[in-house]
Amino acid sequence: MPGMYWNTGVTTPLITLKDLTIRVDGRTILENVNASVSEAEIVTIVGPNGSGKSTLLRAMIGAIPPAEGTVHRAPNLRIGYVPQKLALDAALPMTVQRFLGLPRRVPAQEAVQALELAGVPDLRNRQMTKLSGGQFQRVLLARALLEKPQVLLLDEATQGLDQPGAAAFYQRIEQVRRDIGCAVVMVSHDLHVVMAASDRVLCLNGHICCEGSPRTVADAPEYRALFGSGTKGTMALYQHQHSHSHDHDHSHDEAH
Amino acid sequence: MLDDFMVRAALAGVGVAIAAAPLGCFVVWRRMAYMGEATAHASVLGVALSLAFSLPLLPAILASALTMGLAVTLLRGKGFAMDTLLGVIAHTALAAGLVTVALLSDVRLDLNAFLFGDILAVTKGDLATIWIGGALILTVMTLRWSALLVATLNPDLAYASGIDPKREELWLTLAMALAVAVAIKVVGILLIAALLVIPAAGARSLVKTPESMAAFAAVIGSLAALGGLGGAYLADTPAGPSIVCAAAIIFLLTALFGPFIRKD
Repeated sequence: MPGMYWNTGVTTPLITLKDLTIRVDGRTILENVNASVSEAEIVTIVGPNGSGKSTLLRAMIGAIPPAEGTVHRAPNLRIGYVPQKLALDAALPMTVQRFLGLPRRVPAQEAVQALELAGVPDLRNRQMTKLSGGQFQRVLLARALLEKPQVLLLDEATQGLDQPGAAAFYQRIEQVRRDIGCAVVMVSHDLHVVMAASDRVLCLNGHICCEGSPRTVADAPEYRALFGSGTKGTMALYQHQHSHSHDHDHSHDEAH
Repeated sequence: MLDDFMVRAALAGVGVAIAAAPLGCFVVWRRMAYMGEATAHASVLGVALSLAFSLPLLPAILASALTMGLAVTLLRGKGFAMDTLLGVIAHTALAAGLVTVALLSDVRLDLNAFLFGDILAVTKGDLATIWIGGALILTVMTLRWSALLVATLNPDLAYASGIDPKREELWLTLAMALAVAVAIKVVGILLIAALLVIPAAGARSLVKTPESMAAFAAVIGSLAALGGLGGAYLADTPAGPSIVCAAAIIFLLTALFGPFIRKD
């Protein structure tokens, strides 16, 4: 959609995917995906397990080469990436401070600031392997923030957190976006908590089924077909934070 | 001073220990001890080929070790389980090397010196090789340190930071081949992997950061080299194996008492 930014002349997309097709071991994971991420917007990618959400994110950072089509990143784009999970080998000694300074060392003061921004100010001298799941995710977020990202990519960053923990994490993300003005691309199947804050939602199932504002997507027949009726109240639930029953599956591992 | 063979042996041992330390840490972190074995085994073939075709020894060893390292790196994750793949190619290289040496009937080769090292016979030239090679290894490791750490933590984190984890892995392969070439004289082909792994493993219980682990591994490796040499001198045992035994004793001590010293 070049016309969209051609006219304004200001907001060149940070990441542009053009006719992107990804195959892994001969299996097509993503087909013909066109999407872009512009400055300071929050884009949420939803989709069932195995729909290629993580793959899409990994293609954005250049970890998977496209079989067809292109991934274009703005020159010298600073990316903050929070992976779905990170298995730290116990053989590798690593303090939080040192982890935050990878690949570029940061002074203690900056590390503390990033940890505060991520909501875990006191962890600087702890060993990474001794952190709880929630603390670990926030340290990953703090490290991503230290890259001074223009775009923050979160891959199911709330996996392993309980529902209040996940809600708090997403509130923290919104706060961070306000503070540093970066774009945010989130992957989630945690439909309760993600959608209302998004500027745009991409509904993915090997290809982009539908996209638009959260309201548009929630009402789209393609989205309904994928997620069924159990998620009708998605956005209301985000705002009110009470529990409900739902029929989509939470338990599977999404890594490809 | 360098005219004393014990001084030369000590300098050789300490040189190899220091060079092997940061590399050994990555061997432990990335669980690639097998890779050290394979690279070392391949060098037997290098020795054999150098004798067969009158090639200079050191480049031949380096080339064979590097070829093995690259082969293993490239073949990883291409269908066969890694240990199977290594069982095939590492031992094939070792066996083919031994067969080739045997076929060269006009060459009298002391294979023991290559298999178990001959640190007491280190010449001034060997010493120069060890220290120059060691300096090269340390340079590679220092320059690639941060990028390698990120790539080891998680390849995707590396990509997101603009680091290509596959390229970093090649640097590691290169450093490994260099380490094999410089360590052959000291501990021999069969025990090179031990010199990489044991000091790093011994350092693990004492430290909180990757850098201090590398530093402590260098200290432990050096102590093992000096202690092993001393022990070999007193008890009249083979020097290379004695160095590895000394490292193992230090490992045992730090594994037992390290957790009480370190406070997370």
